[in-house]
Amino acid sequence: MNSVAIKQNFRREDAVAHYLAAFKRQRASLPGSGIPWMQRLRDQAAASFAEQGFPTPRHEEWKYSDTKTLQKQRFELLTGGASAAARKHTDAHRFEGLKSHRLVFVDGRFSADLSYLDELPARAVVIPLSQALPSHVDTVQSHLGHYADMDTNPFVAVNTMLMSDGLFVHLPPGMMVEAPIHVLYLSTADGGTSQLRNLVVAERGAEATIIEHYAGPAGNAYWTNTVTEIDLNENAGIEHYKLEEESDMAFHIATMDVHQRRDSRFTSHNAALGGRFVRNDINTRLNGENAQCALNGLYVIKGRQHVDNHTRIEHVTPRTVSRELYKGVLDGWSRGVFNGKVIVHKYAQLSDSEQANHNLLLSPNAEADPKPQLEIFADDVKCAHGVTVGQLDADALYYLRSRGITKPEARSLLTFAFANDVITRMRLEPLRAHLENIIRMRLPIEAAELT
Amino acid sequence: MLLINNLHVSIDDKVILKGIDLKVNAGEVHAIMGPNGSGKSTLAQVLAGRDGYTVTDGQVRLDDEDLLELSPEERAHKGVFLAFQYPVEIPGVSNIYLLKSALNAIRKAQGLEEFDAMDLLGMVREKLKLTGMNEDFLYRSVNAGFSGGEKKRNEILQMAVLEPRLAILDETDSGLDIDALKIVANGVNSLRSPERAFVLVTHYQRLLDYIEPDYVHVLADGRIAKSGDKTLAHELERSGYGWLEQRGAQAGAPGNP
Repeated sequence: MNSVAIKQNFRREDAVAHYLAAFKRQRASLPGSGIPWMQRLRDQAAASFAEQGFPTPRHEEWKYSDTKTLQKQRFELLTGGASAAARKHTDAHRFEGLKSHRLVFVDGRFSADLSYLDELPARAVVIPLSQALPSHVDTVQSHLGHYADMDTNPFVAVNTMLMSDGLFVHLPPGMMVEAPIHVLYLSTADGGTSQLRNLVVAERGAEATIIEHYAGPAGNAYWTNTVTEIDLNENAGIEHYKLEEESDMAFHIATMDVHQRRDSRFTSHNAALGGRFVRNDINTRLNGENAQCALNGLYVIKGRQHVDNHTRIEHVTPRTVSRELYKGVLDGWSRGVFNGKVIVHKYAQLSDSEQANHNLLLSPNAEADPKPQLEIFADDVKCAHGVTVGQLDADALYYLRSRGITKPEARSLLTFAFANDVITRMRLEPLRAHLENIIRMRLPIEAAELT
Repeated sequence: MLLINNLHVSIDDKVILKGIDLKVNAGEVHAIMGPNGSGKSTLAQVLAGRDGYTVTDGQVRLDDEDLLELSPEERAHKGVFLAFQYPVEIPGVSNIYLLKSALNAIRKAQGLEEFDAMDLLGMVREKLKLTGMNEDFLYRSVNAGFSGGEKKRNEILQMAVLEPRLAILDETDSGLDIDALKIVANGVNSLRSPERAFVLVTHYQRLLDYIEPDYVHVLADGRIAKSGDKTLAHELERSGYGWLEQRGAQAGAPGNP
């Protein structure tokens, strides 16, 4: 049989069967296996996934992102623990100058050794989900799967079926966790998949900062599939960072669903730097008067990287506010997709929404596909949106060069300035510094290669 | 220092400069005047190295080098500076960062030690006084949201920090009120020295009330129609550019005395 024949023989249902079989094998040993509702939830997810299968480009939400390459790989769900090598990698993924609570998951499993949770306030619950399933089972049951919809997103279905662990946070009323909670999800195994599930419940007036940080060694092919659900009660505030620094060969699929009640504040900083194929879905429901969200995103990609950001902001109640800024820097043959949906429901009068997506193409072969979508059913609202795709400003380049700055330096400077617009919105200085460094290190070489 | 010989320049096959001859020595201030469309700004941009201009004939030498062979940044490294007629806005890049990058790029090219942040700040503070700018300016994005006058003063600040040997000011006076004009003129006058030359491109004579030129050249239809000393500027103020229409082409370029 030649290679062409192998390609023709690829069948989507085989990929689905592979993961259903993995579930069947490990069903009894996955977290919560002794809890009947949890077992039912996993079984329902398996049925839903079997029915949906993996998305095809015919699926409207997956038009620009073909998951075929991911499906061909047949990643294995791992059961092992942290290796000695993991400790070394973990140390490499600290943020200099950041004092934080810290949870580390290696290949989808919690590593108590590598984590540090000693300085948490007494009533704040910050533990791995696998521990919460026995210890805080009622809270988990009343939130898990309530926000992320497994029947419309097959990756949420796979995740619900196979979830091995993740972050669980429960903040009692008025609780403010000062230091950020840094969660490192490290993939060390070539050919493995981590099915991560995070749940954050902030009661009335509670506040915390959470950093989801994904990484893996260069050259490894693996699949991270992560789902995060966040419930913000009245006047609660969560500042969420997602830093994706996966291996250049990795597949990274992330879904975040946020539910916001009255006067709550949610800020998301979503930085995509690594990965071969990356998909982020961020959905927030502003379901209470004066609920506010700010979604900031930055993707800096090159080579053949593919990053697809899908956001959906629903203004359900009156006087809700959303601000969104996504910026992309695309080099090489990379492709950046932005799909930003803003839905203003019929009763959400006096809602206020601003959305912008700007893309900077550093190479003639890079491609940006921005797609803003506004669906407005109320009549007294303020909604603005804007999209640009462009190259570096020739006048600005000439201006800098006329001041003695070399062409590659001038390109780097302008590119950095473009990206920095998003970075400066981050409150945590050590994360800003980390991102600035990464971007600076990438730029001069990349820029010098051009024209 | 600067020697322009029979310079012909076109943009998209449209001939703009039709044979410019000009000699600028160190320590001199030359004013280039002329009506709109005479080619004044083209001359300034060609000297700084902007893309899109085709030199069809002639030479430009800076000391012993062929200036036209150099990239814009190489010209800056050799001490050429252009104050832009329309300074570019660069959101996200602070003035101080631009000054530091530019100064150190030039020093590096000249084999000099780079400035550290503290020394640079001390030096820049002195120059700020010269342009009547507040220190807050340094931390704002380059020209972003600046008024016309602020942009022009920022050009003078850059010039003062970079200390060029040959400074070309392209209509730096246009759109300025009298106070801003004085600040710009004061900046130029304080930088005048035996080693430095200035080329002032201007439409109006009033800048020359504050900066006294050694030579005045009148550009018309891509040629230098007349050259003289500062009295020529006063003559232009009285009679305007109308007389050029009649004399124009046959007037020729008498060159420098």
